[in-house]
Amino acid sequence: MPEILLAARNVTKQFPGVLANDKISAQLRPGRILALLGENGAGKSTLVNILFGMYRPDSGEVIIKDEVVDLHGPDDAISRGIGMVHQHFQLVPPMRVVENIVLGAEPSKRGLVDLAEARKRVVELSQRYGLEIDPDALVEDLPVGMQQRVEILKALYREADVLILDEPTGVLTPQEADHLLSVLRDLTETGLGIVFITHKLREVLAIADDIVVLRNGRVIGETTPADTNENGLAEMMVGRSVVLRVEKSAAEPTDVVLAVDELEVNDDRGQLAVDGLSFEVRAGEILGIAGVEGNGQRELVEAVTGLRQPLSGTMRINGEEVTNGSARDISKRGVAHIPEDREKHGVIAVYSLAENSVLNRYHRSPFSFRGILRRDVIDRHAEDVVEEFDVRTPSIAVTASSLSGGNKQKLIVGREFSDDIELLIAAQPTRGIDIGAIEFIHRRILEQRDKGAAVLLVSAELDEILGLSDRIAVLYDGKLMDVLDAQDADRERVGLLMAGITQ
Amino acid sequence: MTTRQKQMLYVGATLIVVIAWTFYTADGPQTTAVLAGTVRAATLLVLGAMCGMIGERSGVVNIGIEGQFLLSAFAAFTIASMTGSLFLGTVAGVGMGLIMGWMLAAMAVGLKVDQIIAGTVLNIAALGLTSFFYDRSRSLGMGKYTNIDLGPLADIPLVGTVFFSRPPLTYLTMVLLVVVHVALFRSVWGMRTRAIGEHPGAADTVGIDVLKLRYFNVTIAGGLAGLGGSYLALEAVGTFSRAMSGGRGFLALAVMIFGRRTPFGAYAAALFFGFTTALQNQFQLNSTFDIPPQFVGMLPFVVTIIVVALSGLIGSMRDPAALGQVYEKG
Repeated sequence: MPEILLAARNVTKQFPGVLANDKISAQLRPGRILALLGENGAGKSTLVNILFGMYRPDSGEVIIKDEVVDLHGPDDAISRGIGMVHQHFQLVPPMRVVENIVLGAEPSKRGLVDLAEARKRVVELSQRYGLEIDPDALVEDLPVGMQQRVEILKALYREADVLILDEPTGVLTPQEADHLLSVLRDLTETGLGIVFITHKLREVLAIADDIVVLRNGRVIGETTPADTNENGLAEMMVGRSVVLRVEKSAAEPTDVVLAVDELEVNDDRGQLAVDGLSFEVRAGEILGIAGVEGNGQRELVEAVTGLRQPLSGTMRINGEEVTNGSARDISKRGVAHIPEDREKHGVIAVYSLAENSVLNRYHRSPFSFRGILRRDVIDRHAEDVVEEFDVRTPSIAVTASSLSGGNKQKLIVGREFSDDIELLIAAQPTRGIDIGAIEFIHRRILEQRDKGAAVLLVSAELDEILGLSDRIAVLYDGKLMDVLDAQDADRERVGLLMAGITQ
Repeated sequence: MTTRQKQMLYVGATLIVVIAWTFYTADGPQTTAVLAGTVRAATLLVLGAMCGMIGERSGVVNIGIEGQFLLSAFAAFTIASMTGSLFLGTVAGVGMGLIMGWMLAAMAVGLKVDQIIAGTVLNIAALGLTSFFYDRSRSLGMGKYTNIDLGPLADIPLVGTVFFSRPPLTYLTMVLLVVVHVALFRSVWGMRTRAIGEHPGAADTVGIDVLKLRYFNVTIAGGLAGLGGSYLALEAVGTFSRAMSGGRGFLALAVMIFGRRTPFGAYAAALFFGFTTALQNQFQLNSTFDIPPQFVGMLPFVVTIIVVALSGLIGSMRDPAALGQVYEKG
């Protein structure tokens, strides 16, 4: 058995404008789990893409099984025993599990796929590693946890000695995530090495043997779970001490602002995604919607903000029916929306910051007069937003596309928060942004609550829900499993509800 | 296929047989003519549909089939009349189809031009080139492909004449139906092809060269449309005339969609559309209705609109997920 399974030695990679990897070294030994920890943009993905042969390093070496190698593409890495489980699953939905697993390395006879043989090998593999799977199921019919299992089997089928997992728990319930961690632990028994990429501190502490923390493209430190804790890791990641949990006072809810009754909404494919939801959000409280992604959150948010026509049911804001109102009708009533997909619904990439800062009210006074935009007023407003919400930008004249994710998000929050808000709908408000910006946005959301806004917070990050919400509603398969008071909610309880289990 | 769909298929097939037989006993020659015309029209449509489905299964829309038909028909006719060999003409037609497929691939896959625009370029180029170079004085001295009887099969009443007493390219097309079906759904190539049309990123991560495979597929598919062009000029009509493809390349796309991008599904759809074409021909020949022939001639196209609209309403069909999208590595 080799001493080192996979390693980077002084790997440097420059992209236009950023030094993504700056002399990074890290190594993985057989039977070990190496966690790569870092914020978005710290250089984790670049490093992994180099190790998997997707990018070539400008300088430095990649070592596989004690040998310095020159990878020309993923095929090279795969043939040397590197398997990758991507964050966004690389599976073909309308194909069967067995077809997905063997794709690209199909057993064949005279050019025809030998499905019987493929099936046999897949079943054997799944038994050997204790990863039960129905080889004939269509991937699109499988829950995400199972799809991930297919991805892992896909790598094992190619006889991987190293598994690289990129943010593997993002789409799982806490219990599914725990199960995955134990599966990974079992896999290392056979001598397999695992590289685990994440920004979740708890998981790193739970599973890693070695931890490498990256920041701004550099290795900031190496440690082991025994030598550190969550705060220590967070500090290494960010470079200063951080508050992981925002302080907040008890909520003082008053009148009902948003009332949703028996709401039904279809998804893009015409399937029922929101199935008879009823809930209320009061002024001065945060209602958190927990749930694994794809359980109707997107459709719910789109319906409530007027972006999607509900099938049936009613929605009222401050007692007035808005069920079939347009996005503008709803926004006029003092509703702010931080959309889930900031690139698609949050900013217009080719517009300037100034233009983006008034997307929700450019048509109103004082930003326009008789249909003509007043640039000076807009610019002044944009300067204020940039200042107050700490948007890091060279100027308000640059396009939104030049901003980092965190700064885009701060711009959106700044725009949405510049009027008095009756109702705030925040969907995944901190997805993919750095801890500093997360902290900032969390504070601002709480500030709105304390000023008397009703807040509907939708997030796939359970920590965010638990940290901010006053009440927690758990969504599963388009239905509300339960609504809990924040003090009664813990990871375990919410996690089970997220999986659709009620005791 | 679900049980319900199967039942519907059996019921439909039985109905067709019963109706055809009833008409045959009432008026043999007319029925035979209409059904033979159905197969004749269907052959061209299904060749175009197979060209389209190989492209679309790989994620590339081909709306240039009309142009591929036309220019291939021109090439086939010109070479056949120059050399006096129908075979060489056919080969030239297929070759021209391959060249046009390659051009589409070069634009849509290589240069990442919008696929609809790339296809439109082919259509316009084909119409312009064939109109410019068309030489009225040429003709096929030796005549077009003639029927070959398949032994005793050809003696079966009605069915024999309709299916087993046909010219060679029609038989070749029937063989190709099986070949393309097996290739798409049983072979390694087919599995990879379907994968790059649904999720090119997934294919890429397991080491399949998405762009190369799309290039190859669109080119090869062009050969099928090229065969369609040869068929049109050398077997169905026996001459070349300006814009002779007459919108059938577009009709082939409707056939492909209606046939769910499967060869046999497309053939069933092609027979249906072919039937409307044949019926329309027969109406015009007999002056069945006292309305201007232009309106009767619209029949296949009106039916296309209705059928495509209806199938859209049923909504049971799903396009390959990556259809029409440029693939960028990353």
